[in-house]
Amino acid sequence: MYGNDFPADDTSGGLLGEVEAAETALREAAERGRRGAAGVNPAAYFAEVIAADQKVEPRDWMPEAYRATLIRQIAQHAHSEIIGMQPEGNWITRAPSLRRKAILLAKVQDEAGHGLYLYAAAETLGVSRDELVDLLLAGRQKYSSIFNYPTLSWADMGTIGWLVDGAAIVNQVPLCRCSYGPYARAMIRICKEESFHQRQGYEILHTLAHGTPAQREMAQDSVNRWWYPSLAMFGPPDTDSTHSAQSMDWKIKRFSNDELRQRFVDMCVGQAEVLGLALPDPALCWNEERGAYDFTQPDYGELMQVIKGAGPCNRQRMEHRRRAHREGAWVRAAAAAYAAKQANQKEQANQKEKAA
Amino acid sequence: MTAHAEQTTPLAVQATPPTRQAAPGTVTNRVGFVLGLADDALVAAQRLAQWCTHGPEMEEDIALSNIALDQLGAARLLLTYAGEMEGAGRDEDALAYQRDDREFRNCLLVELPNGDFAVTMAKLLFLAAYQVPLYTALAGCGDERLAAIGAKARKESAYHLDHASLWVRRLGDGTDESHRRMQAAVDEVWPYTHELLAPDPTAPVDPATLRVDFDSAVSGVLAEATLTVPETSWTPDGGRNGVHTEHLSYLLAELQVLHRAHPGASW
Ligand SMILES: [Fe+2]
Ligand SMILES: [Fe+2]
Repeated sequence: MYGNDFPADDTSGGLLGEVEAAETALREAAERGRRGAAGVNPAAYFAEVIAADQKVEPRDWMPEAYRATLIRQIAQHAHSEIIGMQPEGNWITRAPSLRRKAILLAKVQDEAGHGLYLYAAAETLGVSRDELVDLLLAGRQKYSSIFNYPTLSWADMGTIGWLVDGAAIVNQVPLCRCSYGPYARAMIRICKEESFHQRQGYEILHTLAHGTPAQREMAQDSVNRWWYPSLAMFGPPDTDSTHSAQSMDWKIKRFSNDELRQRFVDMCVGQAEVLGLALPDPALCWNEERGAYDFTQPDYGELMQVIKGAGPCNRQRMEHRRRAHREGAWVRAAAAAYAAKQANQKEQANQKEKAA
Repeated sequence: MTAHAEQTTPLAVQATPPTRQAAPGTVTNRVGFVLGLADDALVAAQRLAQWCTHGPEMEEDIALSNIALDQLGAARLLLTYAGEMEGAGRDEDALAYQRDDREFRNCLLVELPNGDFAVTMAKLLFLAAYQVPLYTALAGCGDERLAAIGAKARKESAYHLDHASLWVRRLGDGTDESHRRMQAAVDEVWPYTHELLAPDPTAPVDPATLRVDFDSAVSGVLAEATLTVPETSWTPDGGRNGVHTEHLSYLLAELQVLHRAHPGASW
């Protein structure tokens, strides 16, 4: 299935190892146990837990702003998983082989699973999934802008796996060490699956890049379209990023947007060479001094436009989700009515039994 | 990737001379029989996959994808086996992507459009109520390959039957609107069940022998769901002979478009 010319088994550039290290650290922190109890000064205790790299758990006291930041971040992440099903869902029925169809369907299903774990993690902070979904549908919470770009060819299934899941992993691996326990644990599980997706995407592109001239062209065109939007996934440059400093102090975030973006570029260059595909950046070149690649920044003006709703697919993605929600309303109502009837019957049966 | 003819299991039923019957719905040879089952599963998978991201709740997107994946998995095993028996070097993809609608042998039920969620659940209930006893019978048949496929698929179909049964009960005995939609769905889909159970004494498993299990599974669920079976003598068929509804050609156009645009390419 794989050729011998792959850079390494782990195409995530060693990030999978970091996920495992985070998992070990999490276990060790749990074994160390946390010092003392919250006592009379919960704020001081919270600060101690953070400083000692221990995990904050749902029943612990936490600053309201910490809670609000986490709810916003986890919800946006969950929404991204759910909306992110659409661009790839677009090609399931047209997948060019049955094997690819099965892999793609399973992948999109994994994303739904990620959405559900993340909504569950958010619920530990005292909001319900229904509230969060309503905020998404009302346009009051966002999802990752990358999903507002269209999937125009089969090669996009490869590129999304390679670049979009790849960027997601680079972003998310540090979250495996996030100070909030339920989020960190969800991220460990999700990152393992994302690295699987990234490999599958890479494999699709590898096959296309080594296929017919038309397939090769399809692959290059796809990489050309997705490269800069993928770089923009890391968010605005550090100079403009509003939430970063406080999140760093709370150990929700561990690296800056620009650090992560650089890490991603450095990871992709060698992989693109193995694929035999060009990254669409003539300025891309190794900087000996920095020990990193110089590259052209994505168009942050475009990113802001897409965030504001003016990307090519914002309206389509939102309408798709709203319609599924609207058209499913009678089904959810029926399930609730049926469950109520069943509970009622059980109750009556119990009362009869008591009376007898 | 192509012919593995040397792996073909000796056919237990080959001794039986194929009898050519003119009656609609009969399958006169084993390859045709296996293709029929494969195409049922493939077309069902394609229809269920169309639900992905459109489900009434997120859990249902996952469940329907799961069922689609099971059907697709069974289709791949059956197509591969059919291709090997045929001995013309066609693999699963050649059979899935390069046959035209008149060469497909699936029953009409699976190619019907998804409709609303009630129609999809009616289709799934009837399909699973047919596939459970069918795969169970295959699991005990003399053909080792079919027996292995049947043994795997029957467990999956049992889950599909549970899932569809639960929803048919919820919708039938839920709200007024859901009851009305579910009854309408049963009325619409029911006539197509006739074709599933049409007799074919030459087949490794004669579908007529599945009638008892099918009826008992379906009638129990419908009764609990406060639903009734329509009285009608209309019994559409033809799928097993390659005469389909107007819907199949569109379904295949979508399924096959990319593969056919790049002849000879690997994916
Ligand atoms: Fe995901
Ligand atoms: Fe993913």
